[in-house]
Amino acid sequence: MSLDERQSPKGESEPPESPEMRAPRAPVPGLGALRQTGRLFALALEVARAIFRRPFQFREFVEQFWFIASVTILPAALVSIPFGAVIALQVGSLTEQLGAQSFTGGASVLAVIQQASPLIVALLISGAGGSAICADLGSRTIREELDAMEVMGVSPVQRLVVPRVLATMSVALLLNGMVSVVGTLGGYFFNIVLQGGTPGAYLSSFSALAQLPDLYVSELKALVFGFIAGIVAAYRGLNPRGGPKGVGDAVNQSVVITFMLLFFVNMVLTGIYLQIVPPKGG
Amino acid sequence: MGIEVKVEGLTKSFGRQNIWQDVSLTLPAGEISVMLGPSGTGKTVFLKSIIGLLKPERGRVLIDGVDMAGGRERDIYETRKLFGLMFQDGALFGSMSLFDNIAFPLREHTRKKESEIRRIVMERIDIVGLLGAEGKLPGEISGGMRKRAGLARALVLDPQIILCDEPDSGLDPVRTAFISQLLVDLNAQIDATMLIVTHNLDIASTVPDNMGMLFRRGLVTFGPREVLLTSEEPVVAQFLSGSVEGPIGMSEEKDAATLAAEAAGRTGDEERPPRVIVPQLEPSPGLSPRRAVARRRERVLGMLDGLPPAARAAIEATYAGSGEEPTLAMPSAGSAS
Repeated sequence: MSLDERQSPKGESEPPESPEMRAPRAPVPGLGALRQTGRLFALALEVARAIFRRPFQFREFVEQFWFIASVTILPAALVSIPFGAVIALQVGSLTEQLGAQSFTGGASVLAVIQQASPLIVALLISGAGGSAICADLGSRTIREELDAMEVMGVSPVQRLVVPRVLATMSVALLLNGMVSVVGTLGGYFFNIVLQGGTPGAYLSSFSALAQLPDLYVSELKALVFGFIAGIVAAYRGLNPRGGPKGVGDAVNQSVVITFMLLFFVNMVLTGIYLQIVPPKGG
Repeated sequence: MGIEVKVEGLTKSFGRQNIWQDVSLTLPAGEISVMLGPSGTGKTVFLKSIIGLLKPERGRVLIDGVDMAGGRERDIYETRKLFGLMFQDGALFGSMSLFDNIAFPLREHTRKKESEIRRIVMERIDIVGLLGAEGKLPGEISGGMRKRAGLARALVLDPQIILCDEPDSGLDPVRTAFISQLLVDLNAQIDATMLIVTHNLDIASTVPDNMGMLFRRGLVTFGPREVLLTSEEPVVAQFLSGSVEGPIGMSEEKDAATLAAEAAGRTGDEERPPRVIVPQLEPSPGLSPRRAVARRRERVLGMLDGLPPAARAAIEATYAGSGEEPTLAMPSAGSAS
């Protein structure tokens, strides 16, 4: 009886309320972004697992490594020279006003090695390498090549994505060393030649303020940024929306998303680093 | 011998759009089946669901005890090695030559020596008639050639189950006839279970042992070819005659009003000419007869009582002429040449 009572009013209001007939549920704001984020992390996990699965695609890795390195080395060097110079000039003029010109070397070195170098590397890797990876995977996806691969029992993540992510990571790591050196030399040159700084003061403040953990964290950042750039490019490339135009959009988005993620992760890493590693000069 | 594919209660939607629901059928081991359907009824989606590329919301696809729709990813990958799938436009790897494309599954899944790979690949290239083009990139050849190369790649691992997505689209009638013959010959040679998705009536009427049809979000029918070929179902009748009259409209399906107007406009009983059941293709001379034929005869004769009278008559007519040796080619009316 009570069952009937409960059912009858529901029965009357059934037509508008039945699941099929209900108007589309108002999307919760941010739910789409959350879903995308979740799938991005799922891909990152899958890649991390697949890295250790045999057989390793060595050939693909070398090809991708060579490709990414070849499109990033020259621009990275060309960007890092003026960047080191700008920091040297800016910091130099500030410290000159404060009367602490002898510390220019240390300041510019820390700025270049810890912040500028990993970011330059990551921006170039994602802009030059990541966009190419995204476009490549995207066009393969819409041509059903990845479906074909999966049908043949070959995992596209293991066969294509893992070598690419490893390539972006290792190129980032190595490129970061080069950019650090070139940027520091650029800063040195501009400080000594243009601002009349003394080589001895530059070098001594360098070793007074900079320490090895600065280099370690710089390389760690480059590694993490390379991973992010590779994963985001692969993720957007594997999920293009709606045909060839979707691939273009995906490339665009992959670069923008990577940039935003990079700056955010950089902030977090820097914050953690400053908390746990005591400054040398203090 | 091929493997049986059992589909149970499969339902697939994209977002709020239901493609088909509650599709259940069994592809008998080693036999050739054709899935018909107007464009846009989800034939390709069905194919991709069987192989586990798309995940239906409900139902199972059982192959050797593995559920391709909801099983473990690792099992699915293993089971896929039993498959050969020929994509609609070949889906070749654009950066590799035809030879490398066709050799890809061998290099990934076997430890064969390069010389042996070369032998197998060239053999398959010869079967599909692409000798001389093996060094070309997929971008440099015609659509029909890409399709045939896709078929060669699907065949290279000696699959137990072969799925073909519209093997005829983009091919001229002669090449379509060759592909039909090729598919039958293949079945005779490797005895694989085959499912062909098509809307080509020539392939549909000459190649398969079994036929099914998808329409209006569901499976209209699936069974021995005679059942569908003699079916009086309006959708099937319209499709097989290629007529504009019937439930299939330009935009997937006609609405009730158009149908009613059509029915009113029909003057009395102008019957369609009776459909003739064309005999099935036989394997090319020199090949062994298809082993599936004997199995199918057994199976179909066993289910005879449950079939509609027209289908029963057609089946009896099919098997009447062949006597005790149904597997032998019939050299009748000069059709075998």
